[in-house]
Amino acid sequence: MRTEFRLSGSGGQGLLLAGIVLAEAAILDGKNAVQTQSYGPEARGGASKAEVVISAEEIDYPKATDPDFLLALTQESYRTYGKLMKRGLIIVDSSVQLSDEIAARTVSVPILRTAAEDIGKKVVANIVALGALAGISGIVGQSVLGEAVRNRVPKGTEELNLAALAKGFELAKAVKT
Amino acid sequence: MPNAKLMQGNEACTLGALAAGLEFFAGYPITPSTEIAELCAEELPKLGGKFLQMEDEIGSIAAIIGASLTGKKSMTATSGPGFSLMQECIGYSSLCEIPIVIINVQRMGPSTGMPTSPAQGDVMQARWGTHGDHPVIVLAPGNVKECFELTVRAFNLAEKYRVPVIVLMDEVIGHMREKVILPEQSSIKVVNRKAPAAPGSYVPYAADPNGGVPDMAPFGEGFRWHVTGLFHDETGFPSNKGEVADTLLRRINLKVEKNEPEIRDYAVEGVDDCDTLVVTFGCSAMSALSAVRQARKNGIKAGLLRLKTIWPFPEATFDGIMGHVKRVIVPEMNLGQLAGEVERAVARRAAVERLGKVNGELFRPEEILSVITNGAARTAEASK
Repeated sequence: MRTEFRLSGSGGQGLLLAGIVLAEAAILDGKNAVQTQSYGPEARGGASKAEVVISAEEIDYPKATDPDFLLALTQESYRTYGKLMKRGLIIVDSSVQLSDEIAARTVSVPILRTAAEDIGKKVVANIVALGALAGISGIVGQSVLGEAVRNRVPKGTEELNLAALAKGFELAKAVKT
Repeated sequence: MPNAKLMQGNEACTLGALAAGLEFFAGYPITPSTEIAELCAEELPKLGGKFLQMEDEIGSIAAIIGASLTGKKSMTATSGPGFSLMQECIGYSSLCEIPIVIINVQRMGPSTGMPTSPAQGDVMQARWGTHGDHPVIVLAPGNVKECFELTVRAFNLAEKYRVPVIVLMDEVIGHMREKVILPEQSSIKVVNRKAPAAPGSYVPYAADPNGGVPDMAPFGEGFRWHVTGLFHDETGFPSNKGEVADTLLRRINLKVEKNEPEIRDYAVEGVDDCDTLVVTFGCSAMSALSAVRQARKNGIKAGLLRLKTIWPFPEATFDGIMGHVKRVIVPEMNLGQLAGEVERAVARRAAVERLGKVNGELFRPEEILSVITNGAARTAEASK
């Protein structure tokens, strides 16, 4: 079974790193994973995206074709990529105004606010988002994802990032109940 | 899982070069190949090698030719615009028989084009970018692991035949990250150029005229050797004699031509009974593989031939798989550069349908599946 993720937001939000960590966690979990991204002028500001495909089997095509999950942290990325969603779930930051034109199932989660207020660091929004995405999708557990986060984040920031990840998983639980 | 790692294509390529014995890198960083230069700058000095950032791509290739002459395995990495600038020196490397490896991570062209968008428009430039009949080998990885494997192979072929070898990657393959398990260094076959025994009797270009490869002496170790881009005789000194030029040009081209079966490399899926054959390479092959598998599920007898060696073009491969084939589809991110060669190899045994994509976006599997299912003409009609 192939599960496709598209992580979108604005350049500089760290979504590429979030995508890499998600893929690495899947590999730690014994699965196959491919991560791709759009490189463009939009990588500084504007809409940017990273994609991750995870499967227990061989992955032939590396990009998302019909994402199972879209994470959108900004209005622009929600508008751009939300329209392309067919059967998957959209996870948006609660700052995003939802549109009637986008029909896919959507949940709104306070990712940016949780990073800024609960953790006190806006820069960890990507890791909060990663926790929320993993929690909602159930693609990989918190301990494996925590190990992957630990492997990738700068030395000295591990605890901060793990706290952000835990907050993300909490946000996911709130969505489910 | 032993050493399973998420790795980028450009990273795997660099690690392959290091595993093959890379000792010298000179380059001028350019998107989407920059990570190769970055990683070489970081890793080469640790291994006693040298990294040089040059003033441009002409300087870069000239520098690796010079380093190779001293016996060091040398490489540069670039993309379309830089590759264009390197063409003259590729000819020099061919004629002077100086082994070098060039990584070309293709992007949209011509000219500066679209720096961050994938393309496969350098198929012909890789073969014929420099003037005159010349030997060159071009390999095309189709996934991250092959970026490692084919870069190792590029060095081995360059050393064995004393030719420039080009690894033709693309933005998708170069930048994507994939789970890879790299082989142990001890299990990697590494070929080194054959050096002459003693300086006294060394005749630098003495070789069997029927495609022989002369022994190569490293500069600085007492061998006397003249290197020139003019046609030269066995001593390496220039000659204007017709028969000398004829012998030399035929010999250097025969090195590759005669050994095509050994250089040939490809992957197949479903070709035993297919009536629709898809032929492609690099990033397009990932989309094509997905399309062929979906077509099979839909009951269509589709197959895939994915070329890992593009030049010399593996013409004989087609003889083995054309059996039931009625249609050949060639998806590529250019306007038909590989397709022309495929048409030649298919030699009217089946219809060849060209499927070129030049908008800077990787083929979606459905695009190829639709052509497999409906034919190129009818698919184009339907999309109007």
